[in-house]
Amino acid sequence: MDNQYKVVHCTINGKEVSQIVDVRASLTDMLRNDFRLTSVKKGCEVGECGACTVIINGESFNSCIYLAVWAEGKDIWTLEGLAGPGGELSDIQQAFIDEGAIQCGFCSPGFILTSWEIVNSGKEYTDDELRKALSGHLCRCTGYENIFRAVKKTMLRRLGKNEEAELVNSQGITEYPDPMPFK
Amino acid sequence: MYDIKALYEAESVEHAVQLRQEHPEAQILAGGSDVLVQIREGRRAGCEFISIYMLDELRGISIDEEENIRIGSLTSFSHITKDPIIQKYINVLGEAVDMVGGPQIRAIGTIGGNTCNGVTSADSASTLMAWDAIIELTGANGVRRVPIQDFYIKAKVVDIKPDEIQTAILIPKKSYEKCFGHYIKYSMRNALDIATTGCSVNVVLSDDKKSFERVRVGYGVASPIPVRATTAEEFIKGKEITEENIKKFAETVLQDINPRDSWRAGRALRRHISVVMAERALKECIELAGGEING
Repeated sequence: MDNQYKVVHCTINGKEVSQIVDVRASLTDMLRNDFRLTSVKKGCEVGECGACTVIINGESFNSCIYLAVWAEGKDIWTLEGLAGPGGELSDIQQAFIDEGAIQCGFCSPGFILTSWEIVNSGKEYTDDELRKALSGHLCRCTGYENIFRAVKKTMLRRLGKNEEAELVNSQGITEYPDPMPFK
Repeated sequence: MYDIKALYEAESVEHAVQLRQEHPEAQILAGGSDVLVQIREGRRAGCEFISIYMLDELRGISIDEEENIRIGSLTSFSHITKDPIIQKYINVLGEAVDMVGGPQIRAIGTIGGNTCNGVTSADSASTLMAWDAIIELTGANGVRRVPIQDFYIKAKVVDIKPDEIQTAILIPKKSYEKCFGHYIKYSMRNALDIATTGCSVNVVLSDDKKSFERVRVGYGVASPIPVRATTAEEFIKGKEITEENIKKFAETVLQDINPRDSWRAGRALRRHISVVMAERALKECIELAGGEING
């Protein structure tokens, strides 16, 4: 059979685009090769490591096990879309830096996007829920604790709980003083 | 790039049925969390595929005119878990599919794909078995409904005719009414793992909440396909809620299951945990249903 191509229309990082793609391409292929969005990493390519994570219609997906043709009509965000108009880092990216949640950086774009979905939800996750929500990513450098802390602190700050965010200790546990200085 | 010979994109259910007839060699591709991975592994490399993923008409959960819970086959695991109808009537299904893979896998994985690939370890399968789910298939001659027990034929083989696609999974009212269920997945890790064995139990208690009106128990990875422990179900039907009856019920499941040795776990371990899980899940169900164990 001859090569098959298809035109895909979608929104990437807030911009409407059209692109001719090979039907055999994964969304990772399309984002990296056609749009040069190289924050989308090629890791395991079988949906285990989470390095290729992107946000599709508000939810985290592994773009490696997602056909490029399925992007039709979707709203897609990659790490490049998080920066401000002048290239400023978003709060979640800054928190990853502040907490030392980055070493080699290969898992970071994926982790940050899933974290972005978490902090955007407006919901206060328990520690267990946060760990579960982050469980689709592998990191071989940090041991996860720093990442967990970065996400937890950003989530609390977004909820207006700045004082509580300061009480998150190095193990990621919120250490409330006795008596509580605030409610 | 995937090693795909040809991709046919279905635009409607009718079109999918037509594509099935035009391309008998082609395999169905739903969310792809199994199929696309198997293309990478080489197991399905170089094949033709009919993609049904874009059929939004097969997404969503509703109560139909016969009062069945109707789950569109392409509804993702994460949407099932969040759905208010599921949470109200069959919360155990939402909990069970929330244990599949990791969050990103649950966003792409579909309940239709989970049942159609015919594997015994599917986290939704034991619960759907235990709730007497009905599989709705649409083909050239219209809609066909098959009880899930008959849908599974043998390992990796399910009852889909060459012109059909699965369009919905139904839970009948007589199955979910007054019913409370609990699923236990036994696996080595908390995320991104396949069940060593999974056990889904549900109960309907008598009005005075002193005895079992109906107990159903389904297993994954306790035989080549998901199974029900019918001997154990028969044993406990109508019995009083006592520690002794629960223990006997749990031991009786061994008459119905036939786990195997695999690299994941041995037969002896699977038999042992099957009994323990039956007991724990049943006790959890009793609590959910507002009953108490008397003696």
